[in-house]
Amino acid sequence: MSMNPGGSEGRLLAVLERSWRPVALLVACFAVWWAITSTQLVPPYLVPSPGTTLGVMTEKSSYLWQHTWVTTYETVLGFVIAVVIGVLAAVVMVYSTTVEKTLYPVLLFAQVIPKIAIAPLFVVWLGFGLTPKVVVAVLIAFFPVVISMVTGLKSVDPEMLQLAATMGASPLKTFAKIRFPASLPHLFSGLKVAVTLAVTGAVVGEFVGANEGLGFVILQANGNLDTPMLFAGLLVMSLIGVVLFVLVEIAEQLMLPWHASRRGEAATTTL
Amino acid sequence: MKGNLEAERTPGAATAVAAVELDAVAVRFRAKKKEVTALRDVSLSVAPGEFVSIVGPSGCGKSTLLKLVSGLLRPSAGSVRLFGEAVGGTRHDIGYVFQRAALLEWRSARRNILLQAEMRGMPAAEAGRRADELIEMTGLTGFEDALPHELSGGMQQRVALCRALLHRPPVLLMDEPFGALDALTREQMNVELHRIWRETGTTVLLVTHSIAESVYLANRVLVMTARPGTVAEIIDVDLPGSRDYAETMSQPSFAEATGRIRDLLGAATATD
Ligand SMILES: Nc1ncnc2c1ncn2[C@@H]1O[C@H](COP(=O)(O)OP(=O)(O)OP(=O)(O)O)[C@@H](O)[C@H]1O
Ligand SMILES: [Mg+2]
Repeated sequence: MSMNPGGSEGRLLAVLERSWRPVALLVACFAVWWAITSTQLVPPYLVPSPGTTLGVMTEKSSYLWQHTWVTTYETVLGFVIAVVIGVLAAVVMVYSTTVEKTLYPVLLFAQVIPKIAIAPLFVVWLGFGLTPKVVVAVLIAFFPVVISMVTGLKSVDPEMLQLAATMGASPLKTFAKIRFPASLPHLFSGLKVAVTLAVTGAVVGEFVGANEGLGFVILQANGNLDTPMLFAGLLVMSLIGVVLFVLVEIAEQLMLPWHASRRGEAATTTL
Repeated sequence: MKGNLEAERTPGAATAVAAVELDAVAVRFRAKKKEVTALRDVSLSVAPGEFVSIVGPSGCGKSTLLKLVSGLLRPSAGSVRLFGEAVGGTRHDIGYVFQRAALLEWRSARRNILLQAEMRGMPAAEAGRRADELIEMTGLTGFEDALPHELSGGMQQRVALCRALLHRPPVLLMDEPFGALDALTREQMNVELHRIWRETGTTVLLVTHSIAESVYLANRVLVMTARPGTVAEIIDVDLPGSRDYAETMSQPSFAEATGRIRDLLGAATATD
């Protein structure tokens, strides 16, 4: 760290500069929460105080950890599968209008079906194990991936493609060197939506039939009128979403330094 | 293919066959049931090593004309030939520069130039040497590793020019390459392009909206009429082969040519 003070300190400052506002908002939310519960506006069996909730979280930490891992595993697996299938589907759709015309309505249909409504069906088909949760996560995360990737692949500068044609570039080279990298900024905005949706998908899958995972924890807590545990489950679930989101953002900055840096530049000039 | 390109560039064969030949070319577009005639009865013959500028009112089909020569677009009537060979599909023996530099924003200047080589599967060592040569020739030295957004508009256009020249194309097509530049940078780029053209001996077709630019750079200027685009006149520029910018501007023949073009363009827009 001290070897390169300018660089690391500069980066730290940038992170602080970016994160102090959301952190402040979060603190404010906790303050309001604390105020509401401490003034007894709402009875504690409906809304537990932050203190009680955090108390439960530390007290039952190993129990929570165990179920958090289950949900995280389902989410990440679902997300990764959704990305692979989504990107492949987008590529095929962009290169073949026939496939696009056939697949688009199907995709749209799959998207508009309420996942909660079909989740029980997956339990019937696939049992109580890991699979139905992953399937729901994939279903829910898949759509933003396809849409963003299709948009990305289609938004390539047509002149760039004409240029590639005059270079005698093969379709594969044009894809690898121009179309795919050019679509990445779009894809990443879709990935950020998808990863948070995948958490929802996994939990929905757990709601309809599971004996582990945060969805199970929340249902159990609900059944026992254990609101502190319910709140703890909700908090951890949100944390999974936030952490995964941040991981995708970090991946984005590592893979697209050219793009992220420009956004940074734009931000400083408009502020 | 490559060997025969080299042969065609040798001066001996220069007068034998035209580098670019358009014969009674027409282009019609179908857009929303309406048929638009972009070009009508355009004929032009460009000798190897010649520099021809193309000027005309907006929408008269200048870009369309370059697309025809490159084979990106097929004519509705008439024929297009490159070195005597009918243009069937997209030609690979050309260099293309667009109005916007069209650079890949994730690639450095040098790697943007080398895209040409990668796409063509040119030997890396040879391509690298050629890229360095062009970088030096266009004054990009020191900016090889800069990303496009770190470059000025003029530098971006230089990168696009280097990319178009990397494979030593016998024909260079330029579609308003300096349109987005400020007047001073544009003059510098004109001087540079003139020097590069003199050094490489490439056949150039340049579309431009600047009358001064068109005359300073070219052996001949093709003036087009408003839509549907036809040839209003092809003007011979009576200026020496190697041209100094300021000196050229003060030449009587320069004033004569620009005046003539201005008259023709005035007439073209008046009938529009
Ligand atoms: N793909 C297309 N489909 C339909 N019409 C087209 C197409 N491309 C060009 N045109 C029409 O053909 C005409 C000539 O277009 P072109 O782009 O060649 O003009 P231009 O001389 O380059 O104009 P500018 O100076 O504004 O660039 C225009 O009227 C344009 O609307
Ligand atoms: Mg044009």
